[in-house]
Amino acid sequence: MTATQTPNGFALDNSGKRIVVDPVTRIEGHMRCEVNLDENNVIRNAVSSGTMWRGLEVILKGRDPRDAWAFTERICGVCTGTHALTSVRAVEDALNIQIPENANTIRNIMQLTLQAQDHLVHFYHLHALDWVDVVSALKADPKATSELAQSISPWGKSSPGYFLDISSRLKKFVESGQLGPFANGYWGSPAYKLPPEANLMAVAHYLEALDFQKEMVKIHTVYGGKNPHPNWLVGGVPCAINVDGVGAVGAVNMERLNLVSSIIDRTIEFIEQVYLPDLKAIATFYKDWLHGGGLSGKNVMSYGDIPEYANDRSLKNLLLPHGAIINGNLNEIHDVDLKDVEQIQEFVTHSWYRYDNENAGLHPFQGVTEPRFELGSKTKGTRTNIENLDESAKYSWIKAPRWRGHAMEVGPLARYIIGYAKGIPDFKEPVDKLLTDLGLPVSALFSTLGRTAARGLEAQYCAHLMKHFQDKLVATIKSGDLSTANTTKWEPATWPKEARGVGTTEAPRGALGHWVVIKDGKIDNYQCIVPTTWNGSPRDPQGNIGAFEAALMNTQVANAEQPLEILRTLHSFDPCLACSTHIMDKDGKELTRVKVL
Amino acid sequence: MNRHAGRFDRTSPVSMTINKDSRGKIMSERPDSFYDVMRRQGISRRSFLKYCSLTASSLALGPQFVGNIVHAMETKPRTPVLWLHGLECTCCSESFIRSAHPLAKDVVLSMLSLDYDDTLMAAAGFQAEAVMEDTIRKYKGRYILAVEGNPPLNEDGMFCIVGGKPFVEKLRYAAKDCAAVIAWGSCASWGCVQAAKPNPTKATPVHKVILDKPVIKVPGCPPIAEVMTAVITYMLTFDKLPDLDSQGRPKMFYGQRIHDKCYRRPHFDAGQFVEHWDDDAARKGYCLYKMGCKGPTTYNACSTVKWNDGVSFPIQSGHGCIGCSEESFWDKGSFYDRVTELNVFGVEANADKIGIVAAGAVGAGIAAHAAASAIRHKNKETKSKENV
Repeated sequence: MTATQTPNGFALDNSGKRIVVDPVTRIEGHMRCEVNLDENNVIRNAVSSGTMWRGLEVILKGRDPRDAWAFTERICGVCTGTHALTSVRAVEDALNIQIPENANTIRNIMQLTLQAQDHLVHFYHLHALDWVDVVSALKADPKATSELAQSISPWGKSSPGYFLDISSRLKKFVESGQLGPFANGYWGSPAYKLPPEANLMAVAHYLEALDFQKEMVKIHTVYGGKNPHPNWLVGGVPCAINVDGVGAVGAVNMERLNLVSSIIDRTIEFIEQVYLPDLKAIATFYKDWLHGGGLSGKNVMSYGDIPEYANDRSLKNLLLPHGAIINGNLNEIHDVDLKDVEQIQEFVTHSWYRYDNENAGLHPFQGVTEPRFELGSKTKGTRTNIENLDESAKYSWIKAPRWRGHAMEVGPLARYIIGYAKGIPDFKEPVDKLLTDLGLPVSALFSTLGRTAARGLEAQYCAHLMKHFQDKLVATIKSGDLSTANTTKWEPATWPKEARGVGTTEAPRGALGHWVVIKDGKIDNYQCIVPTTWNGSPRDPQGNIGAFEAALMNTQVANAEQPLEILRTLHSFDPCLACSTHIMDKDGKELTRVKVL
Repeated sequence: MNRHAGRFDRTSPVSMTINKDSRGKIMSERPDSFYDVMRRQGISRRSFLKYCSLTASSLALGPQFVGNIVHAMETKPRTPVLWLHGLECTCCSESFIRSAHPLAKDVVLSMLSLDYDDTLMAAAGFQAEAVMEDTIRKYKGRYILAVEGNPPLNEDGMFCIVGGKPFVEKLRYAAKDCAAVIAWGSCASWGCVQAAKPNPTKATPVHKVILDKPVIKVPGCPPIAEVMTAVITYMLTFDKLPDLDSQGRPKMFYGQRIHDKCYRRPHFDAGQFVEHWDDDAARKGYCLYKMGCKGPTTYNACSTVKWNDGVSFPIQSGHGCIGCSEESFWDKGSFYDRVTELNVFGVEANADKIGIVAAGAVGAGIAAHAAASAIRHKNKETKSKENV
């Protein structure tokens, strides 16, 4: 193949030099990326491959639906809890279980805690090194760094002495010759644009954020007993409330409420005084690097999340916006119906699975997954030593989900574009403010930088919502309502013979859906389509490329040996590969077809 | 396996020299000791000693051990760690960075050298693989291999592909020259969720693939952060593997059941149980046995060390233990089914006897098995002496 045009508007040309990034690091799970560069080192073809598969939905078949949250929670330990919440919502939808107001409030606090914490960890520990040159930080003047820090934020840890300590620690670390996780980075690449002082400030905050993220998750520990992987409950939340009587120390009491409130206050402070000023400072130096828009200016989708009130399934009840935008038309926002078999369908033409009709799409309620690992005839290498993938054949463990036939981008940027297009002030105003401060037009939003910025703004929004819901919890308790679980339909004997339901959340990485079919008290079919299935999808039968692939297109790489730009754009999605590769069969029978060769 | 064979053997670290780093720069003659690093960070000797005594107490060691720790920290270079990821969900890495004592940043920057970890490392692609090669070559027989997740063996191992090859190849390659393997979490230790029936990928725990190295299992989904950092700092500090039980778990953290040290145990003994979620008993913090709590059959430190800097643990926050550190815990019925393997109740016969009277039917099983339990306990000790 040389040049082809994809239906979703990208000119692919795989005639140039092929480079491979595998493993893609600083992500969750395993992923491979191959691109073709033209003579100017511009990406003209992009191939993203999910390289792991665990088969959790096969494992779920026949299990107790009340246990499904624990299994699906283990889909991902980074966005821990979001699959569990999606799962209990799917089961409650199937069985028509109403939950107490306090349960909805506590679930929201937990989900928002995850959003804020996950975004923070992503920015500093998974993404920052794409923008921040650690070695350049060694050259920083601590006094000038202090001046820089104090000019952008009232954050207390900003004295020259503080930055001198960080600088000395870094210097000694580098001089030890044992560079640990910083060994062999692309340090010194011309793609790094920050002055040494900004680099040093970012390194200091990398370390501070590492300390602080562990404080944030204590909210999960209070309400869910541990983190990662807190506990959840079909019908409500497991933690009981007791603020007055004997035994209150074993329940959510005043001390626990105070602990959560204090963490929320510190979270808001950290995000507003460290994360956002850093984000803005870094963006200032990269505002000319507006690559990586991909599908964001075309097709974006969000299921919406954070219900203000319990059991209200209406879209207006959701504080994170819902909808789909097609072909960049911000004036029309479509509703997404996850139960409509015409809307969401999955394809496997280029995925390592088998369908009876290889070019057909299947809705999750009818979903089938038969793993079928086979490589195309143009693959370079062998079956167990792949040098180059053949993207004209099957090339990924990720399926290709489509909404009404369209490849979609999901995630914080999708949510912010939808919120912006709807004119919701909570989304529109912070975006406009940030763009104005940076001197950038709205179109700049549709970029790698836009994705990274939206995540930061969302962390701030979520932190404030945490406070809103914590205040609401206290107010509800004050009104005398202590209820946290509805157990009227706890026993399987109370369930219908057959039921099916859908649960959704907006996970940190985007739209997440679980589909469950329950028969005779057991799981008959369980399907998940997760954010990275959408973003990391391979091509579909029509030849539409997925969001990762689209975002890489037409970006120039400064040095093909150090493909920093590729990592930067891939990381802007916060890929989660353990999440993305799970979509499973209807009956599990295909297991016998898994050949041990 | 002979315990001494598993000793964490490093050839005279003090005389070990590194002249060049991976980028060819001339470096100091002797690699830094932990103390060197701390001192250069401006930490005074007094603070250093205080740190050592805190470490001793966080490891539940008496003050007599402080001297050992001081000596160890003063003289040792940072031990390289290669941290591989197979089929997993990354909850173990996430847990590790939650460690409050020591802080994850201090572990990574000062206590060991985390040379390879695809979740955190700056390098990617071939530059990342080159780092691994480098460490294996330079520190042959002296690095720790930490494994999160497990290799799938079906489909030629291609259910988990790294660098175009099956993960299991990378695992075997990295294990060949390591000093010891730490199997982080239930995936690496037992197989965990992807190995639950019917285990479609044939996800296989590390000790069934790596047969010629000591494998320290640190199970849990995930393990407790401070247990993870304690196990690894124990090895660095005392220069040996922790004492392991017959299943390969450090006795210091996995020697007792959650039930044995649960603060709700008196309610079990008094026959006071939660009967329904959010009932009056739940609000009073009664025992969750009838709600399916697996504390009586789960060996872990949750009820003592607790989670996230000691804030809480599952039972304290109202949900029963799901037994996530036990082998095949996914395949032992619903998390809400009552524990029926009553013969595993009770280390202390006296406490069990109290339980029998109050808990009625629950206790009846224990009565019959209390003696058996004691004998089995003894057998296990003997067995572990032979095996470990």
